[in-house]
Amino acid sequence: MEPLEEKYIDPQPWLDKNEKPFLEIRSVTKKFGDFTAVDKVNLEIYKGELFCLLGGSGCGKSTLLRILAGFETATEGSFFIDGVDMTQIPPYERPVNMMFQSYAIFPHMSVEKNIAYGLKRDGLSKPEVKTRVEEGLKLVQLSQFAKRKPHQLSGGQQQRVALARALVKHPKVLLLDEPLAALDKKLREKTQFELMDIQYKLGITFIVVTHDQEEAMTLSTRIAVMNQGKIKQIGTPTDIYEYPQSRFTANFIGSINIFEGIVKESLSESHVVQSEETQCDLLIDRDSSIHTGEKIGVAIRPEKIHLSREEPDKQDFNTLRGKVLDFGYIGNLSVYNVKLPSGKMVKVSSPNQNRYSKHRVTWDDIVYLTWEPANTVVIL
Amino acid sequence: MKENRLIPNDHSQAEGDKAALPTEKSAKHFSTLRNLLNSFENRTWRGVVIGIPYLWMLMFFFLPFVFVFKISLAESIIARPPFTSLIAWVDGTRLSINLIFDNYLLLLEDDFFTIAYLNSLKIAFVATLCCLIIGYIMAYGIARSKASIRNVLLLLVILPFWTSFLLRVYAWMGLLSNHGIINNLLLAIGFIDQPIQMMYTDFAMYVVFVYTFLPFMILPLYSTLEKMDMSLHEASADLGAKPVTTFLTVTVPLSMPGIIAGCMLVFIPAVGEFVIPSLVGGPDSMMIGRMLFDEFFANRDWPLASAVAVVLLIFLVVPFMLYKFYSARQEGRYV
Ligand SMILES: Nc1ncnc2c1ncn2[C@@H]1O[C@H](COP(=O)(O)OP(=O)(O)O)[C@@H](O)[C@H]1O
Ligand SMILES: [Mg+2]
Repeated sequence: MEPLEEKYIDPQPWLDKNEKPFLEIRSVTKKFGDFTAVDKVNLEIYKGELFCLLGGSGCGKSTLLRILAGFETATEGSFFIDGVDMTQIPPYERPVNMMFQSYAIFPHMSVEKNIAYGLKRDGLSKPEVKTRVEEGLKLVQLSQFAKRKPHQLSGGQQQRVALARALVKHPKVLLLDEPLAALDKKLREKTQFELMDIQYKLGITFIVVTHDQEEAMTLSTRIAVMNQGKIKQIGTPTDIYEYPQSRFTANFIGSINIFEGIVKESLSESHVVQSEETQCDLLIDRDSSIHTGEKIGVAIRPEKIHLSREEPDKQDFNTLRGKVLDFGYIGNLSVYNVKLPSGKMVKVSSPNQNRYSKHRVTWDDIVYLTWEPANTVVIL
Repeated sequence: MKENRLIPNDHSQAEGDKAALPTEKSAKHFSTLRNLLNSFENRTWRGVVIGIPYLWMLMFFFLPFVFVFKISLAESIIARPPFTSLIAWVDGTRLSINLIFDNYLLLLEDDFFTIAYLNSLKIAFVATLCCLIIGYIMAYGIARSKASIRNVLLLLVILPFWTSFLLRVYAWMGLLSNHGIINNLLLAIGFIDQPIQMMYTDFAMYVVFVYTFLPFMILPLYSTLEKMDMSLHEASADLGAKPVTTFLTVTVPLSMPGIIAGCMLVFIPAVGEFVIPSLVGGPDSMMIGRMLFDEFFANRDWPLASAVAVVLLIFLVVPFMLYKFYSARQEGRYV
């Protein structure tokens, strides 16, 4: 029996102890004068990964990428591709290619010539260049635009020229600096999937820089969240979203409610947390690293909170009473801002399963918020 | 009140939408009217703005050229003005138009003129090439220097214009002559026993040519190089091009507009230049500008001088026209 359809396999080489990283960044630091743009970054990226560097504007993502491409020299540290130290190798000899944020397509060359440029530099024979260019054009669906000049193309087409130009070189690693940032929302979503498709087909390791968390979540096998030149957390999209390790990551990816409190009591399966912001104690799952008396933050995502006007029977733990201050209708879901007696604002979102409901929660309603202890995350 | 806010798609909202429609439409009408007025104003203004340079060209280029052309078809006589008139009454009843092509024939027949023309083109070409090489390096250096010192460097390029051109040529004579600063210096350090003859040689002429015309090359080159997107150079390196290849395949083609503008600005005035070859050039560096000057002032042969000028103009205008035609066609292809 053959499988009917090719399925995406989802290997997780970073969990395999025997697997060697393909690209290894060892404590790379970049200083511009006194300013540290990249601060002791360590990364291990595996073959065939689609790795995202996610962070706000100015956090040093592009600088890190430019160090990998060879346009900036690291102040300290080194990095290896396939076990070879790349630190001293000039950009034109590195087995990596970059897709620039501005695309950097040569304006005086046709689409075809742009794509052939890198192949000619490799000293390939003419017929070989021709076939590879045709392959590249087909891959990004630009075959009928081969003879056009860049300024005769739309933004999306230019983006694909830039992609094809880098891909035809069959680099070991492809670096993409905000590849979708210049496209409009609809096109961006479509292109995301095309990009994933191409990456999967070719099996080239991609490192994508982005400031858009949704894009990072959709695209990547793993994400590194960056802030002020430092890596805050590395993990799969699910890890990063469900188990943020720091306040920064928790707030940067999606939205989250954090209740500050002190561990009052440790039970066999759980801990009880007392918080001045809530009326009742909070219950969290047992974790051996948490000790009684410790100050912690209990974090919960808005969509994991259940909101109701009916008073629940049991109100010992994880039950908050508050007033709806604001609500927004987004289409697929509604978001509520609920004010607790302590003044703390809690964000809650719930799906709009029915088009019209008589018992819709609205302004100034008194509501009860409840959630499962397993859905909370502890942030130290 | 609250009920209204509750359901976004309710009645009052829809009414609001309808109410908004007519105002939008009238605004559109109004803006069309205004656009029409604007475009009318624009057209008149455009006419004036375009007209002024044309008028200028007519008064100070085309009309004088017609006069010069007219004189070139006359004969030299000792009179005032020193040429025959084109139209004359003969016997009081016959109008005769005398077009005399002798001057042009002379230019063709006498090797002296042909050599001078070719010599001018050659000298202008070599000077332009030297300016291009030196100017490109300087313009590239300035464009890639720190923003804070870039303006100072540009100022230094323009600075010589603030003194008289003749004064600067005399300064070079002071530097290059047999008892000039350079020779004295070399003699003093014992590098040479005899002063090197530099004045009145091609070398001196080219030095002063390049010195004089270099800024005209640097400025247009600088302006194209400065605008160039550095990420294109990085992209080229990224795709495997060594620095030299990047320079030849990316930098040079993209700075072509600057190269062409700079070469025109140097070549055209260099062909007609007569001060530099007269003052520092050798006896065999006969250039057409100098010849024109001699015919006009020394020989007082205005018709011949005019013919020389007309032919020179054709030499200069034809390449310029070709360039214009070529660039217009290029643009046409892009649009
Ligand atoms: N060549 C440079 N000289 C000085 N500072 C720079 C240079 N390049 C980047 N920076 C600074 O480094 C920081 C990180 O920049 P960058 O890596 O481009 O951020 P981003 O994460 O938005 O891509 C920014 O604050 C920027 O101002
Ligand atoms: Mg950036």
